[in-house]
Amino acid sequence: MSTDLETIQHVTESEYKYGFTTDIDTEVIPPGLNEDIVRLISAKKGEPEWLLQWRLKAFRHWQKMEEPAWHNVHYPTIDYQSIIYFAAPKKKANSLDEVDPELLEMYEKLGIPLNEREALAGVAVDAVIDSMSVATTYKDKLAEKGIIFCSFSEAVREHPELVRQYLGSVVPYTDNYFAALNSAVFSDGSFVFIPKGVRCPMELSTYFRINALNTGQFERTLIVAEDGAYVSYLEGCTAPMRDENQLHAAVVELVAMERAEIKYSTVQNWYPGDKEGRGGIYNFVTKRGLCAGRASKISWTQVETGSAITWKYPSCILKGDDSIGEFYSVAVTKNFQQADTGTKMIHIGKNTRSTIVSKGISAGRGQNTYRGQVKIAKGAHNARNYSQCDSMLIGDRCGAHTFPYLEVSNPSAQLEHEASTSKIGEDQIFYCNQRGISTEDAVSMIVNGFCKEVFRELPMEFAVEAQKLLAVSLEGSVG
Amino acid sequence: MSQQPILEIRDLHASVEGKEILKGINLTVNPGEVHAIMGPNGSGKSTLAQVLAGHKAYEVTSGKALLRGNDLLELDPEERAREGVFLAFQYPVELPGVNSTYFLKAAVNAVRKHRGEEELDAADFLALVRQKMKVLDVGEALLRRSVNEGFSGGEKKRNEIFQMAVLEPTLAILDETDSGLDIDALRVVADGVNKLRSPENAMVLVTHYQRLLEYIVPDVVHVLYKGRIIKSGGKELALELEEHGYDWVKEHAEEVGVG
Repeated sequence: MSTDLETIQHVTESEYKYGFTTDIDTEVIPPGLNEDIVRLISAKKGEPEWLLQWRLKAFRHWQKMEEPAWHNVHYPTIDYQSIIYFAAPKKKANSLDEVDPELLEMYEKLGIPLNEREALAGVAVDAVIDSMSVATTYKDKLAEKGIIFCSFSEAVREHPELVRQYLGSVVPYTDNYFAALNSAVFSDGSFVFIPKGVRCPMELSTYFRINALNTGQFERTLIVAEDGAYVSYLEGCTAPMRDENQLHAAVVELVAMERAEIKYSTVQNWYPGDKEGRGGIYNFVTKRGLCAGRASKISWTQVETGSAITWKYPSCILKGDDSIGEFYSVAVTKNFQQADTGTKMIHIGKNTRSTIVSKGISAGRGQNTYRGQVKIAKGAHNARNYSQCDSMLIGDRCGAHTFPYLEVSNPSAQLEHEASTSKIGEDQIFYCNQRGISTEDAVSMIVNGFCKEVFRELPMEFAVEAQKLLAVSLEGSVG
Repeated sequence: MSQQPILEIRDLHASVEGKEILKGINLTVNPGEVHAIMGPNGSGKSTLAQVLAGHKAYEVTSGKALLRGNDLLELDPEERAREGVFLAFQYPVELPGVNSTYFLKAAVNAVRKHRGEEELDAADFLALVRQKMKVLDVGEALLRRSVNEGFSGGEKKRNEIFQMAVLEPTLAILDETDSGLDIDALRVVADGVNKLRSPENAMVLVTHYQRLLEYIVPDVVHVLYKGRIIKSGGKELALELEEHGYDWVKEHAEEVGVG
């Protein structure tokens, strides 16, 4: 018995391998947050006046807000004045050839080929380190189809009218404490625009990396898909190992017009802290998609393995009739990690449908909370929701919690909710052992099987990465 | 000609939660032989199967079990499996979401790696599996399902025999494989087992009923009662048991001083 548990612990305590730092020449501004800092960030980025004003409004609003406390996560008070709100690699690059070789090497180490010749066929990459987007691949090829895929800063310069139209249209700066903070100090991120009728021919991908010490990362992503457009977008995140906690507060906004479809996948592997719970990223993220047009579809898939604290609820506002929202999630907490994550499905249009599949895995002293809201508005005739929340416990010191909220204002709605909690059974492990399979492999196999419904929603490259993240070899290579 | 036995058990005692279940088992199984171990409920049949497979709930308090002359009891369950010990479970365990093909491939390659053989790639593995499916008349649909998940009792038992066919164990222990099977399913399972008999391997069938032995004819039949083998004989012993019932065994046990 004890050896099994030890192996399970070994599996679930495996070391963080992205914990290195890269010695790049970085420009940082002094720590602290006030109007001058907001102005400084805006000036550094050479932003237009309207954007500075928007930031300032957000900042003033944030000052009046209280940090939320309703969540099931616990952490010491964050000192917002000790955080650095802007850090960027010094060398400015105009093309990939000019990117700092140290930087390219860092991305190589992370397994992200920025060099187009070596890039995985079919994946265009934008990379954001600390506050700055450093390179975007395949830009020209995409531009031929009228697709815009660039850093947020570049979008502000090159496509101000689009940014101005959609920025804050799904997540207003008044939305919540962390969204307001992000709106005031956001530094960079990705911008995607898919014009009418265009199917994006490749996966678009952004890798976020926190490198500098004591720095917060506040990126913003905005994706707009016009009528009949389709895009699949992937997001990956890593950070160095540090004893201090670092704050990450991002905002993602998606807009899908008539018959448009946006598929948004995340593999979040920010540094989770060490075995004693020291260090790690505080990940407070607001992600929301608006199904604005009829028969539009937004699908969120997330694999959350990192961060000391994860606080995020990728949501869908199903405004267009016949629109569809989906949320597939795997959240792993081990050691002292805490996750409070889930989704909101807001049904406004007629015949709107949503699916929620959440898999929480807790090991060590990890605490895993699913929090989800399904809201059916008065006019949402024949709305349907299916929710499934499964929790798996490994060991007896961890916890799993489920908080579903339902608000139904239309009697024609159909809602289904299923929930389960299971433990990896000794009998399951013995059965695998008896077939020659080691306990370590058995645990990965069982955990992987548990997450299958979510993994199959991920694009191939990401599914592989996600499975590796759970210390598992490739399932489904046969049959 | 003296052959090394595949399995040799000497004065084996084992207990669960401090209660002694096996009270001195002696058993020798030679290559090519099929032994049946029969006995009433609670006699220790399944305990013997679990102890040989290495289940941690059972504590071996004394005695020996040798696999081809090597100490079996010091090995972990997965090492025993890689050495060629296969247990067909009385209650096969469900592994939700774990694909059967993937599971079997991991098992086959764990054994191959242990033997210093090259691991099979996807194509070679599939070829092996298809061949075994033909022999056992198993449908391809099984490979796409999760291990035992939602299987009927009969399907689970057939799946155990199928896994056994793919893994080609040296020593197969079938724990009440016949329980819960209707006559057709029993025939299919028995037919599969018979096809896997060879001069190189050996099998131990643990069963409550004589019924299975009509289809799988054993070389030796043992009667287990209260943790000891009290009678051994040829296949006709099973018929005798059937005729007289286990009460006859109990009387016999009293004669030999067990119980």
